[in-house]
Amino acid sequence: MSLFEGRDLVCVRGERTVFRRIGFALDDGQALVLRGSNGSGKSSLLRLMAGLLRPAAGSIDWDGQPVALDPEAHHYRIHYLGHLDAVKPALTVCENLAFWSALSRGQARAAPVRDALARFGLDRLGDIPARMLSAGQRRRLALARLLAAPAALWLLDEPTVSLDTESTAVLAETLTQHLRDGGLAVIATHGELTLPGTIDLDLDRAAALDFAEVLQ
Amino acid sequence: MSRFLLIVAREIRLAFRQGGGAGLALAFFVLAAVLFPLGVGPEPNMLSRIAGGVVFVTALLATMLSLERLFQADFEDGSLDLLALSPLPLEFVVLGKCVANWLLAGLPLLIAAPMLAILFHMNTEGLPALIAAMLLATPTLSLVGSIGAALTVGARRGGVLLSLLVLPLYVPVLIFAVGAVDAVLQDFTAQPQLLALSGLLLAALALAPWAAAGALRQALE
Repeated sequence: MSLFEGRDLVCVRGERTVFRRIGFALDDGQALVLRGSNGSGKSSLLRLMAGLLRPAAGSIDWDGQPVALDPEAHHYRIHYLGHLDAVKPALTVCENLAFWSALSRGQARAAPVRDALARFGLDRLGDIPARMLSAGQRRRLALARLLAAPAALWLLDEPTVSLDTESTAVLAETLTQHLRDGGLAVIATHGELTLPGTIDLDLDRAAALDFAEVLQ
Repeated sequence: MSRFLLIVAREIRLAFRQGGGAGLALAFFVLAAVLFPLGVGPEPNMLSRIAGGVVFVTALLATMLSLERLFQADFEDGSLDLLALSPLPLEFVVLGKCVANWLLAGLPLLIAAPMLAILFHMNTEGLPALIAAMLLATPTLSLVGSIGAALTVGARRGGVLLSLLVLPLYVPVLIFAVGAVDAVLQDFTAQPQLLALSGLLLAALALAPWAAAGALRQALE
């Protein structure tokens, strides 16, 4: 039995079945890379894993316990990074990050916020309003959340969008470190990110296999 | 508890940074009320008779105006996803936002209401009842309105939809609040009306965060 496991997941959005009978299994220090064309359900699967979406069928377990039984406990162990950066333009860079860090930890801590900003090269921009940031800098600020508070499972939806090659390398390094420390990660990406020892889940191929099975 | 206060503090900070957050509802309240003497004429008798009604109707509209963006901005920039996934239950996030909304919109209305009533030549005997009724009514308006704001998250022209959803729910609050002031002005006790308002507030406090959180979870699916 794996630490984080999904079985026979079916996702329906509106009237449309996004994917059927998807499964995955992850253990300490492993990363799952979701691949597939646009609309194949990568984001939906990540939202299922986070608990924002409910599966139409199937189950997601953490340590053998269904995640849906205790969603609050699940919230303590995940970091979710969606398409949107959740950056408030009116607050400064530092205030933005400090809020999310304190909300996760339950207390305000200055040092991790500073370190996380430094890691993603934003330490000199800490006091400027976030509305002045470029798209790539906003993305880096969103990524800095991963380091500003600890969480075992990182769910990242195309984290490299609008990042330059240097920041992509920092992200890869950060992810490698997280996995080495025994963390888990699920990353939807189009392949810009190279990490050692990842498990691939190709949603297009899963859909094709499922279709072939139905035909038989 | 500290996470809850964090939400309240963030809302207040954002409102002040973006400017007009607190002042807008108050300015609307005063302006809309001042329109009535221009519309119905300046006779003191007429004005003193409608004072309570005007104050509560405009307070209700002003509160609704302040609620339109309660969740919308967080929904649009992705913050709502993260708030829903934070260790603080979404119900308490909603409650935190309601508390902040009351501090930013309800409290200024509460302070301005007696002055408006005096401008309308309301008998000063009615002022304690007016303040008590406002004190009980404005948090209820924020809480009940949060359900409407949560239901209209993501909807285009959500503001119009919000008023259609929320205004009917505000009717009991309006009736008892105006009733409390009228009772005192006619030498009766306002106790039954104030007790009814307290009951409405407690019911809203117990139910609204759960209903709004449910609506938000639906919106995030």
